Amino acid sequence: MNVVEASGLGKRYGRSWALRECTLEIPAGRVAALVGPNGAGKTTLLNLAVGLSSPSAGAVTVLGGRRAGSPAALDGIAFVAQDTPLYKGLSVADMIYVTRSLNRRFDQAYARARLNELDIPLKRRAGKLSGGQQAQLALTLALARRPQLLVLDEPVAALDPVARHDFMATVLAAAAADGVSVLLSSHVLTELERVASYLVLMSRGRVQLAGAVDDLLAAHGQASLEELALRFLRETQMPEVTR
Amino acid sequence: MTSLTMPARPHEDDAALRPLPWRRMAGVIWRQHRIALAGVAALLGALAVWLWIAGTSVHHAYAAVIACHPAGSAGCQDLASTFNATWNSVSYWTIFLQLVPAVIGAFAGAPVLARELETGTFRFAWTQGFERWRWALAKLVALAVILAAATFAFSALVSWCYQPFLGSNNQNLGIYGNSPLVTVFSLREVTFPAWTVATFAVGALAGMLIRRVVPAIVATLAVYAGLAVAAAAFLREHYLAPLVSSDSNVPGTAWIIGQWWTKDGRFAFAGNPPDSLLNTCSFPQGPGGKGGGIGAPSSVNPFAQCLAPHGYAQLNSFQPVSRFWPFQWIEGGWLLVLAALLIAVTIWLVHRRAA
Repeated sequence: MNVVEASGLGKRYGRSWALRECTLEIPAGRVAALVGPNGAGKTTLLNLAVGLSSPSAGAVTVLGGRRAGSPAALDGIAFVAQDTPLYKGLSVADMIYVTRSLNRRFDQAYARARLNELDIPLKRRAGKLSGGQQAQLALTLALARRPQLLVLDEPVAALDPVARHDFMATVLAAAAADGVSVLLSSHVLTELERVASYLVLMSRGRVQLAGAVDDLLAAHGQASLEELALRFLRETQMPEVTR
Repeated sequence: MTSLTMPARPHEDDAALRPLPWRRMAGVIWRQHRIALAGVAALLGALAVWLWIAGTSVHHAYAAVIACHPAGSAGCQDLASTFNATWNSVSYWTIFLQLVPAVIGAFAGAPVLARELETGTFRFAWTQGFERWRWALAKLVALAVILAAATFAFSALVSWCYQPFLGSNNQNLGIYGNSPLVTVFSLREVTFPAWTVATFAVGALAGMLIRRVVPAIVATLAVYAGLAVAAAAFLREHYLAPLVSSDSNVPGTAWIIGQWWTKDGRFAFAGNPPDSLLNTCSFPQGPGGKGGGIGAPSSVNPFAQCLAPHGYAQLNSFQPVSRFWPFQWIEGGWLLVLAALLIAVTIWLVHRRAA
């Protein structure tokens, strides 16, 4: 099964294409990294995959052919958007309540145990949590939905190094122990080295390279994902990838 | 970092997916909008206390006027003056009641979607298992119904407070009064909830289009002002064709729409009479203009008495007070249809709109 399948997918805002001619198959059971500089079209692709926006061209399906954004698709996908939006005025307990109410499945015991482990108090308002705690809360709510696919848009961009590490450790634990497929976007290459097993390299609204990390490294004779990504992004003359 | 794992995922038949029940939204709506609802309750509660205190004094003064015999005596005239003074002190403030539907509608309606879009939480809300158009429908309908119920209850208090002022016999009692078709017409049992819900719907759509809370509130208030002025100044008098009658037949509680004079059965003039007639019949009191209410037309108008022998007759077009409830339902009806349309458009935009 492919968790994301796109064919000829494009998205136009006004007269400029944020994403074009995107054809892609991301297999299940992977941690797939969507890599590219700012403005490469990563968020556009993720928004299309989770149904927040609709394509201007082509089509995208998820979880083995479900139309993106359809009830069946939303049921199996948990999405943590950039800057992990939460209702800042609601308490952590209320965020759990809201997420549980809006979904068919919600593992309340998991959510509570996990937040307890992270020392996030249930009574505290979400807006009063630290940035790292907010990200962890958003991730916990997403994982408690027991999704087949977890989609993360720039999950660690705003976090300090410790919070980054803890966040990615949670993601990896979910992927390893529970078989959750993960699709995450990042312009921070160093974080992806040890987590990603599938790579989608994007720039200028196009997919430049996609495949299993091991295959790509072997095929292009590079020692690390970082070198591979940098070489390709330099070739497409978009040098502002941050290390 | 964690030893917690999640239980195995049950295999589900995708075709068997049924929409999540609507009642799931009840607690979500309460948690997300309880501050707005508490604000509405506090505003209406504070105004209700004030209306109750003011209404009690108005009713007290009115009861004294009613009970006084004989009606024309000096003692009774004093009581009438007391009522008029009481009403004056109250009526200065009741003008602010006209703002209540606007304030409630704008502050409750505009943030529903604008805050989600402004803070980015729509990316959370619209990617949960509850379909987003159903999420929007549940929120908008539930909040509209709650606001309608609250403002309906409040309007009963407004009606009670204004009841003495809108009495049909005020003219004969020598006290202030006006037609229920004119005074606080938009704050009565049908129109008050309807105006509130319509403004709420305007706010929801403005929030969806503008995507920012404060500009959406401002836009909503502007639209409300336009609609309220249009309804009061242009629309309301045309809800039903006005009746026409000669001056002496117009009941005191009628809403006078227009006045004009005929000579020998044909239109002569409206508004200010020609100078020739003024010279003929020079009296300190003019013939009166459009609008008015109780007291404006009078069968003992000396100007009219003077002109009658010259072949002039005064005609009034008016809405009788018996049309109060039909007018309430006509205005409430178009407002609720408008609200339903705006909410439908908003939900369609939520369903369709690319983020």
